[in-house]
This record gives sequence, structure tokens and C-alpha cells, in this order.
Amino acid sequence: MEQPAVKGQKVAFVKPHVREEWIGRIYTTLCILFLIVTIVAIVYFVASKGLSTFFKNGVNIGDLLTGLKWNPEGEPPLFGALPFIFGSFSTSLLAALIAAPLGCCAAIFMTQIMPGVGRKYLQPVIELLAGIPSVVYGFVGLSVIVPMLRAIFPGQGIGIMAGSLVLAVMILPTITTIATDALAALPSGLKEGSFALGATRWQTIYRIVIPTTLPALLTGVVLGMSRAFGEALAVQMVIGNAPHIPRSLFESTSTLTSAITLSMGNTITGSAHNNALWSLALILLTMTFIFVFIVRVLERRNHR
Amino acid sequence: MNAKTADRIATVVIFAVAAFIVLLLIGLLGFILVRGISHISWDFLTSAPETIKAGGGIGPQLFNSLFLLVLTMLITVPIGVGAGIFMSQYAKPGRLTNSIRLVVEVLSSFPSIVVGLFGMLVFVQKFDIGFSLLSGALALTVFNLPLMVRITEQAMSGVPREQKEASLALGLSRWKTITSVMFPIALPTIITGTILAAGRVFGEAAALLFTAGMSSPRLDFTDWNPLSPFSPLNPLRPAETLAVHIWKINSEGLAPDAAEIAAGASAVLVITVLLFNFGARWFGRYLHRKFTATR
Repeated sequence: MEQPAVKGQKVAFVKPHVREEWIGRIYTTLCILFLIVTIVAIVYFVASKGLSTFFKNGVNIGDLLTGLKWNPEGEPPLFGALPFIFGSFSTSLLAALIAAPLGCCAAIFMTQIMPGVGRKYLQPVIELLAGIPSVVYGFVGLSVIVPMLRAIFPGQGIGIMAGSLVLAVMILPTITTIATDALAALPSGLKEGSFALGATRWQTIYRIVIPTTLPALLTGVVLGMSRAFGEALAVQMVIGNAPHIPRSLFESTSTLTSAITLSMGNTITGSAHNNALWSLALILLTMTFIFVFIVRVLERRNHR
Repeated sequence: MNAKTADRIATVVIFAVAAFIVLLLIGLLGFILVRGISHISWDFLTSAPETIKAGGGIGPQLFNSLFLLVLTMLITVPIGVGAGIFMSQYAKPGRLTNSIRLVVEVLSSFPSIVVGLFGMLVFVQKFDIGFSLLSGALALTVFNLPLMVRITEQAMSGVPREQKEASLALGLSRWKTITSVMFPIALPTIITGTILAAGRVFGEAAALLFTAGMSSPRLDFTDWNPLSPFSPLNPLRPAETLAVHIWKINSEGLAPDAAEIAAGASAVLVITVLLFNFGARWFGRYLHRKFTATR
């Protein structure tokens, strides 16, 4: 009886359960490798295309980042992307400024004031808002927000304000969900201590609850901004797409994403115009990394 | 100001914001459905679009969206679930795992238009697949994978430790433990998450503009040979999806009834996404009831 067992150990690597273990291990490792290769490939291709504007077409990187005139087909071609950068930053910042207070109030309502009603009605509402496709938001923005702004304010109604309002609704679920998770994870002892000292609910919320969860709330806002920054079609539909810095919130302008969306299909691969659009994509990508970095820093502070 | 008054004012404001958000959703859905539903008819759902005449439908677009969804999920689910299992079961805590987690996080926050551009460069041009359903499905896979990985990872780590340890103690291999003990327990969560991810795929447009293309060739719905260029099942033909169609007719629609078509198509899109949402909830609860003793 001893001998076969020893023999079996010698050929252990072909035992069925060892083999199936290896198959599983290799399969899942390949899956995760695919993911890593994909992200490396995205960064490599976007960077090599985006940088060729500077190396192959001889455009000065400073001119691209600070130039005010975008006329890639002109003579001489001008690659000033500052209007797009300005458009992207202003729309996403304004959207975050509108959505952050709303999202935080919704989170406070769901966790501190009426958890039952909040979980039952507000939670599904937020989830449905998150599920509505961005082109539908763009369509509604075009047929409701733009005419409304045109009626109230001077101008055509298109522009930064319209874009920010559409984006604000789109990022509201992101901010609310993260804020709700953060508030719900707060140890109840903190709140009870405050109540026991005779503080009102509002005093407890803005002296105890909000300061303790601030890094997490900011995480939500930054993630929302990051989503707003990368959103393409909904913004493109309501922003007007004029390539200059507007003088008011109600004047036609462009963002990085809207410029890419509009022109990428009409340029020839390898041309200076096409490469310049890839540079815009590279700026988008770099901003994504910066947003992720900020989120990481905030999360680290949150854990401390 | 008196602390009690401040408390009352703040409570009223927070209530008002909560009510505002609910009204916002009702208003949004109401607007889309009221404007769109009158335009939806069997003819609208099945006929081909017209470029300059009125009366075009969204038949091919609707079919393309559904077909693309199936193709994408066929590629995404096996890879995403595999990678999620790796992250939750095989990855050892440490620097390497943390950086993989960071990679997944970064990938999930890439703007979809950048993923679309990557798809155009690699799948359409380098692999020479051309503007096609397959390129679109691959781009959407890239876009959707991080979500799938996170869903699987969370579902797998939600499995009770005792179940896993009991199985390992009985001498089953780790892979056997994962596939036949842990995976069935995690399945309801994974399926719910997958349906929600599918809803996201259905509404995505930016990643598809430059991969699946913005045109839809005439389809012959009697030809079901996947290799024929006019067959709806051919994965190598360009295909405009419903979401892309809405974007296109809003920005460059020439048909006189472009606004109505956009409204109708938006309503169809939103109804489908709502169905996905409610379907996921219902199915998740059903599976949960079926697999566990809770009611």
C-alpha cells in the first residue's frame, strides 16, 4: 500500500485536481494580464500619437497649451488648444459646484434625516439617474435647457452654462452614492455623543458629520468632476462648438472632448490636424491620471 | 440665529433638495416618454431610417444595439469574471496587487471617447477590422471590463469564509472550490451587476462613433448567413447603434421629422435601460430567494 502512494506523489503534476488548479490559475492570470496589456497599450498609443504633434509636426508644446487660436487647416496652421482646455475645466468645475451641494444634501437626507424613505425612494431615483444614457441627457439638454436659457438670458442658450447643467445632473449620482456610503460608515458613537451634549441635528451634521467625512465627500466630487471632464457627446450637443474662449457663460464654446468628437472623423490619419486631435486626447488622458491621483491622496487621508 | 431655527431651516432645505432630485427624475422621464411615446409604433421600431424624407424608423439601429450588446457581453463576461476571480482569490496582498488594483481603477475612469479613439487606432486600423460591430464590441469590452472585474471581485469576497474553508478542508483544489462552491453563491450578485453593465453598454455612444461607425448599410433581414455582407448577423459590417443614431440626427439630421425621431429613439433607449434596471433588481432578488433560505 505504501508503494503506489509514493509513486502517485512522483507524478503529482498530472493528478487531475492539480491540473485543474493550474488551468484555473493560468486562465485567471491571462485575464488579468489582458487587462494590464490593454491599459499599457492605451497609454502607449495615445501618447505616441499625441506626442508626434510636437516631434513630427514641430508644434511647440507651450504654444499648444497656451495658444488662443485653433485653426489647424489654416496657413500657417495654428494649434492653440487653450480655449478647449478652458472649456473643459470651466464646464466640469461649474458642474461639480452645482452638483456637490445637491449630492451632499441628498446623502444627508438618506443617512441622517429619513433613512427609511431615503433608501426606499431616493436611492432608486439616484440609480435610475445614473442609468440614463448620456446622449439622452444631451437630447433633453438641447430641447429643454438650451431654449430655457435662451429665454431667460441674452445669447443663444448654448455654452458653458448649458453644458454644466447637463453635466451636473449626470454626475449627481456619482457624488451622492459616494457621499452616502461615507456618511453611512460613520461610527454612530460620534453622532450620539454630539446629541447627548444637547446639539441639534443640524449642529451635529455640520460640526461633526461633515468635517469627519470631508475627504470622502471630496473624493465623490473629484470623481464626478473626472466623469464630467471626460464626457463627450452630451456636452458636445449643448455647448455650441465655437473654438474660442467665451466672454459669458451663455456663449458658444468648445471642450477637449467636443473638439475631438467633431473633427476626428474628418481628418486624415497622420496629418498635423489629426495628430493635434490626438494631443487633445493625451491631455484628457493626463487629466484622468491626475484625477485618479487626487482621489488616491484623499482616500489615504480618509483611512488615517 | 437660534440653534433650533437653524436646525429647522436646514432640515427644510435638505428636504427640498431631496424632493427636487425626485422631481428632476420624474420630469426627465416624463419629458422623454411623453414626447417620445406618441412617435413609437411597430412601423417606427422596424423600418429603416430615411436621410432626407420624413417617416424613417430605427429598425436597423435597434437591432445593431442589441446585437452589439450580445457580442460585447460574450467577450466581456469571461475575461471580466476571470480577472475578478484572480483579484479576489489568487492575488496576494502586496505591492503588485495594489498596482493591479490601481490599473483597474485608472482604466475605469478613462473617458469613453479616449477608449473609442484607441479602438479606432488599434482594432479598426492596426488589426484592419474596419468600422464594424466587432471593433465596437472590442472597444466596449475595454470600456466595460473594469466594472465587470469590480463586480466579480466584490461578489466573490462576499462569499462566507466558512464555505470556502470547508471546501478546502475536504481536499478540493482551490479552482474546484472557486468554481463549484464559491461561484454559485456569488452568482446572483454577478448576474445583477452584469445586467446593469449591459444597460450601460446599451446607452454608450462616444466609444462607438469611431469603432462601430456612424453608418448602417441596408440590411437584408431574410439573409441570416453571418458571412454575407448584407446579413444582420455579420459582425464585420459597420453598424450605427441607437445611441449613436440619436446623437447623429440631433447634430446633423436632415429629415424634416428629425426632432420626433430623436424623441422616439430616446424614449426607446430609456425604456430599454429602465427594463434592464428593473430586470436586474427583480432577477437579483429572485436568485437570492432561490439560492438562500431568506425570503
